[in-house]
Amino acid sequence: MTRRSLTLLKAFVALACSIPFLILVARIAGFGSLGANPIQEVLHTLGKTGLNLLLLTLTITPLRRLTGLNWLVALRRTLGLSVFGYILLHAVTYVVLDQSLNWSLLLADITQRPYITIGVAALLLLIPLAVTSTNAMQRRLGTRWIKLHRCVYIIAILGVIHFFWQVKVTTPEPLIYSFILIVLLGFRVRDWLVRQRRSAALSRP
Amino acid sequence: MLIKQPNDIKSSEITPEPIYRQRREFVQAAIALGLLPAAIGRTQEPRQVATEDSPARKPPFPENGKLADVAPWPGSLDVKPSAFEDVTGYNNFYEFGTGKTDPARNAHTLVTRPWTVTVDGEAEHTGTFDFDDLIRPHPLEERIYRLRCVEAWSAVVPWVGFPLGDLLQRFKPTSRAKYVQFFTLNDPEQMPGVRYRVLQWPYREGLTIAEAMHPLTLLVVGLYGQVLPNQNGAPLRLVVPWKYGFKSIKSIVGIRFTETRPATSWNMAIAGEYGFYSNVNPNVDHPRWSQATERPLGGGLFSSRVPTLMFNGYAEEVAHLYTGLDLVANY
Repeated sequence: MTRRSLTLLKAFVALACSIPFLILVARIAGFGSLGANPIQEVLHTLGKTGLNLLLLTLTITPLRRLTGLNWLVALRRTLGLSVFGYILLHAVTYVVLDQSLNWSLLLADITQRPYITIGVAALLLLIPLAVTSTNAMQRRLGTRWIKLHRCVYIIAILGVIHFFWQVKVTTPEPLIYSFILIVLLGFRVRDWLVRQRRSAALSRP
Repeated sequence: MLIKQPNDIKSSEITPEPIYRQRREFVQAAIALGLLPAAIGRTQEPRQVATEDSPARKPPFPENGKLADVAPWPGSLDVKPSAFEDVTGYNNFYEFGTGKTDPARNAHTLVTRPWTVTVDGEAEHTGTFDFDDLIRPHPLEERIYRLRCVEAWSAVVPWVGFPLGDLLQRFKPTSRAKYVQFFTLNDPEQMPGVRYRVLQWPYREGLTIAEAMHPLTLLVVGLYGQVLPNQNGAPLRLVVPWKYGFKSIKSIVGIRFTETRPATSWNMAIAGEYGFYSNVNPNVDHPRWSQATERPLGGGLFSSRVPTLMFNGYAEEVAHLYTGLDLVANY
């Protein structure tokens, strides 16, 4: 794939990632409805889009292995940064609209409600990943960059649990998310086991 | 946790549908051949409930549209009700899907006539009764009540109905009747949601006899002056305004008087989170979220949460039901 077409593809992916946001903005502006509970609708739309894109980001590596399309890796940053964007907006919606900037209530919620605590943890973990997403940072950090960005697995696990813990009773949706996450992480575990075996074979005299 | 429960009836014991569907032809053929007396061929009429002054044949209760002869109730909240679209477009009725807008989208498949309610257990008059016969003797009232969902959203709804106690008296519960259990229709043909074991079907709820006989406990057949829409639990539902919304069971087909505390669906699903009582209580949080505040429906993007009231604002009327009861342990 040429440099030019890759740039075009990245721009296309960035545009595609922003479509759910643009639709939400249109609904807020009065084109279409937000329903009876608009704050929750905005909150859930942002959170779920963020989680969807996060799982999509995690499919890049397996997809690349299976198809041999190495240029796919170039799309990861765009996807990852849009995850950060949606989750940041999700958190801002929670703090400003849902909790009306009531800091004592917020503090109680964050410390006493495990699903909110892990949601906040996931957001905090996303920040260093977003900050170090540039080429310059990637070069400067070298192998440490790879280690740091493995945090995404923890973020994904926290994100799915965050979703799971707020439904009243187990419904199909969070189960589907958990299943997809397990498959995606299972791919990494298998990869890791293969590498372990290979290095063990190499180190044998 | 989704825990699979074995069915009580083995699938091998269930009559295959085609054979079941042939039962009428079988009976009719037997009558034609003179093997059975003709009287059996007629479907059994639902029993009449004993009433002292059953009014002369009133027209049947309408299936939809505006309700006539609804008296205002003096105890109604002096608050503007939530928007009709919000109350009928955003609610939980898992038999039609777990999303808040699923019931409004899917409940059109519910058939509300003919409708019968089976009454059994600790009462003198039990049997299966037709909806019209159950409703007809009771004058209808419009009562504006607060509704508080366990998910921390709330609404103000003008319900149309009559006190549940007035109906229950007609069945003459015995002295052993300490509780009342209710069942929702469980029909996968009409209710797409029951094909999934999100909860154990049929949906069931229960009250102590004192709660059931309390004058605030309402049997509802309408809202906003109209016949109850399907998604809100047509044709007959319960409204217990001081309890979380899931206690107010919808589309009732069964009422059972029991001596021991009956099983309730949400308690069966997650006993540590949903208790038998489930009284609205801002001081007892759900294990995973706060119950101190609630979000009124229709508030808009920049509205604030409002404090939740003890017993949903009905403490004066109902607190005496729970004197001496530890409300933290009996959530």
